[in-house]
Amino acid sequence: MSNTQQLEDLTTQVRRDILRMVHKVNSGHPGGSLGCAEFLVALYNEIMDRKDTFDMDGIGEDLFFLSNGHISPVFYSVLARAGYFPVEELSTFRLINSRLQGHPTTHEGLPGIRVASGSLGQGMSVAIGAAQAKKLNNDSHLIYSLHGDGELQEGQNWEAIMYAAGNNVDNLISTIDLNGQQIDGPTDVVLPLGNVKDKFEAFGWTVVEINQGNNIDEILKGMAVAKSKTGQGKPVCVLLKTVMGNGVDFMMHTHAWHGKAPNDDQLAIGMEQNAETLGDY
Amino acid sequence: MKTYTNTGNKDTRSGFGAGLTELGQTNENVVALCADLIGSLKMDDFKKNHPERFYQVGIAEANMIGMAAGLTIGGKIPFTGTFANFSTGRVYDQIRQSVAYSDKNVKICASHAGLTLGEDGATHQILEDIGLMKMLPGMTVINTCDYNQTKAATIAIADHKGPVYLRFGRPSVPNFTPEDQTFEIGKALQLTEGTDVTIVATGHLVWEALEAAKTLNDKGISAEVIDIHTIKPLDDEAILKSVGKTGCVVTAEEHNYMGGLGESVARVLALHHPAPQEFVATQDTFGESGTPAQLMEKYGLNSASIIKAANKVIARKK
Repeated sequence: MSNTQQLEDLTTQVRRDILRMVHKVNSGHPGGSLGCAEFLVALYNEIMDRKDTFDMDGIGEDLFFLSNGHISPVFYSVLARAGYFPVEELSTFRLINSRLQGHPTTHEGLPGIRVASGSLGQGMSVAIGAAQAKKLNNDSHLIYSLHGDGELQEGQNWEAIMYAAGNNVDNLISTIDLNGQQIDGPTDVVLPLGNVKDKFEAFGWTVVEINQGNNIDEILKGMAVAKSKTGQGKPVCVLLKTVMGNGVDFMMHTHAWHGKAPNDDQLAIGMEQNAETLGDY
Repeated sequence: MKTYTNTGNKDTRSGFGAGLTELGQTNENVVALCADLIGSLKMDDFKKNHPERFYQVGIAEANMIGMAAGLTIGGKIPFTGTFANFSTGRVYDQIRQSVAYSDKNVKICASHAGLTLGEDGATHQILEDIGLMKMLPGMTVINTCDYNQTKAATIAIADHKGPVYLRFGRPSVPNFTPEDQTFEIGKALQLTEGTDVTIVATGHLVWEALEAAKTLNDKGISAEVIDIHTIKPLDDEAILKSVGKTGCVVTAEEHNYMGGLGESVARVLALHHPAPQEFVATQDTFGESGTPAQLMEKYGLNSASIIKAANKVIARKK
């Protein structure tokens, strides 16, 4: 059990990790990573019921699937700081021979990763399969997944969304990171998503909205509601409104930092705005 | 020359269905998924016997492959079923990322492969799937030749850890391999012994190769027929041993010559024992509508084509 301050301190440290990781290799995706830092910190440290053994058999605990694999920096940082692998290993992000590939993979045996992602639109199907396996195993734990909003442009999502509702996959909480941005610009310009809430509801999902997706308390409250809606015959969708680049002022509210690393000066500003809390790797 | 008896024509897809039915009874971790083709894939019995372990996903193959990957997490062994075209080309990236790269224990079972799907035509006849699947690191690729072998292979792949592509067909074809066989992944089967030419065949072309060997034998040509049910990993040793003796090879498959069994055999020979080779395969073309027999004749995938290729490759030895 952590209190809000502890989770916020951890989030600040995760932000530092993200910036330092992408800066070192001058590549990677800080924008979406920063936007989902509070969510993933809360998920792994408060919301999910996880085994403390860190084994990867997927049995007897809640599981998480990251579909928008490009936000690997935040995922790696949260996993390392939750104890899945040594925090020092974050320094190998995107380097040759690293387990921390540009996009997450099981291929290099990094604990915490359950499926490769990066080619978009595939994670929800995998999450549904894992949810069905839980039911077959009489395992009452939940499946969580995270998806970018731009990612909803991939058609496979809608196959999965239709399947989950039609087959009462009610042990699944899929969260959509509604930051309104994608590589080429705002989602409304690139390919408008329309009303995402209406769409999920029309497909038969229960929708929970978290309007302040960068506020730990709001995330905890919203996810508690989402959890309470499971087991009622419908899959649950959380619409998490976040700010891309959150916590680093010049990276916020723009798609410019979707896939761009800060230079030395920009890193220094980011560090200044996020003072060390738990110790850098 | 050793001869084989057709115990009665049967479709290979029914061999898959029978194997799956047996697995349902013997292995509680086996689950099955189908994309609106239960009857075509002969998955009815499994569905009837184990409704809780059967997933009808609708016409949504990409979701099916992803779900199969997810089902492995927690120990299930998913078998997916749809036509070969929709099992591979349509979902290549899903297989690549969520199954192969993620090293998930998914069995992709594909019916209606090749030309012998017949009248539906080229949209449904895939001649590229072996190439697509064998290029994926870690993927095992199997193309079975008759009902009995398909049933045995279906049962065997459940015990193999890792992704497998199992390819079979629609039409009724001679059933001639033993009913009680043990299927060994990656192990070629030498069906006849010969000294003049090696015929390496897979799938529906294995029976055609045996027919060709009979005719060749009558004309004094001794052909060694090898049934390659596993295209990857290929039994290099069996091929080299045979070609070392005969000095030439004909490869035969219901697939494009590019990316198929023939190219895999050519690689082994080029590396270890260069020898003349002829390819009985489609020639970089799509299929078309017609009866299976008409198509196999038009595209040169029958015993007559194998005989022609054998004569040609033997002449090239000189």
